[in-house]
Amino acid sequence: MKRIIPLTLCLLSFLGCSSKVTEESLYQQLNGQPGIEKIVDSFIQQIAKDKQIFPYFAKASVSHFRQGFITHLCDVSGGPCQYQGDNMNDIHTGMQITEADFNRVVELLINAMEENNITYPAQNRVLALLAPLRAEVIKI
Amino acid sequence: MFRLISFTLLLLPLCCLANGKILATPGVSQIEGSAGGGLVPWAQLAGYATEDEWAISGFCTQANVDDFELTSCGIQGNLYDRIELSYATQNFDVLPLSLKLSQDIYGAKVRLYGDLVYSDWPQLSLGVQYKKLTTPDIAYSLGAKDDNGTDIYIAMSKLHLGLLAGYNVLWNASFRYTTANEIGLLGFGGTNGNGAINAEVSVAVLLNNHLAIGTEYRQKPDNLGLKEDDWHDIFIAWFPNKHVSMTAAYINLGTIAGLPDQTGWYFSLTGYY
Repeated sequence: MKRIIPLTLCLLSFLGCSSKVTEESLYQQLNGQPGIEKIVDSFIQQIAKDKQIFPYFAKASVSHFRQGFITHLCDVSGGPCQYQGDNMNDIHTGMQITEADFNRVVELLINAMEENNITYPAQNRVLALLAPLRAEVIKI
Repeated sequence: MFRLISFTLLLLPLCCLANGKILATPGVSQIEGSAGGGLVPWAQLAGYATEDEWAISGFCTQANVDDFELTSCGIQGNLYDRIELSYATQNFDVLPLSLKLSQDIYGAKVRLYGDLVYSDWPQLSLGVQYKKLTTPDIAYSLGAKDDNGTDIYIAMSKLHLGLLAGYNVLWNASFRYTTANEIGLLGFGGTNGNGAINAEVSVAVLLNNHLAIGTEYRQKPDNLGLKEDDWHDIFIAWFPNKHVSMTAAYINLGTIAGLPDQTGWYFSLTGYY
């Protein structure tokens, strides 16, 4: 134990060092409005290519979803927007989205952020902001 | 073991690859066959199955310290992310005596509440591990009362997205009722005690989508009066994809059977279907 505690602290403090970069807002880490638009465009392409998820979007309006999600991401990441679109419950009622589908969408969003070189900590912060919405999205 | 593996392979075509969970969230395989860290069973169930899927996984672990070498291999089934069934067989080489101790462990775990990532409260599971020592002579000669025993544990775990400077932090706390001496390899019960509740804790940080580092602490009883120690490790786990995970750890097992300062290395491989 004597050897493990210092080693653990050392590893944790190494992670702590990287927190210096977090002074800028999440919105800035996503490269602002143009960055968020690129992420959402990549996300839509990811969905279009995905056999598991695409059927849920087959009847949706791509431009409506695109604008709604861009505003939503801008809002939750601290940007100068206010999402006043449809609420999550209304959008997803009747879709019967499973836990696995939800996680697949999370993975597609991660892919979209990876494509746009968003850092891993910024990716996690985005997911942390969106994760609480899961209860309003799945199995309804 | 061979029959079990053959049976598993026969079943594979009947099911599809479960991949509903997010990469790395099931954790790895612990030495007694349950999903967990390396030493501690976690609340997560093995494999990538979610509510409408099932999954099969298999693992082998090698842990070598100064005077002992443990090999543990087993299989796990996950039914609808509700029930985990596991089997592991352990072979424990006692190098100074050139002898081998073996035990079989049958495990079951039920997820009672929650989701590692999304629920407000930690995921909560209840598990049992029935252990049967097939080489009990040494255990009896050291004062053990039984060649078999059942551990019962409750485990809670939570992954906090972005908690530490944007990095995801996972912790698990388990409380285990056990009569086992050195996890059962030296039998069950003894003159110093016959059943206690022990705490086991793990903490991990994900460095990226594929790599986690962490540490574990496992409290253990001292039924035989041989100064049995708590166990600790510090580990790194790699999840290249949803088919395989690899873990390496530095382990400190303290005093085992009167032999002090048992430290060494741990390697583990889990394959998922």
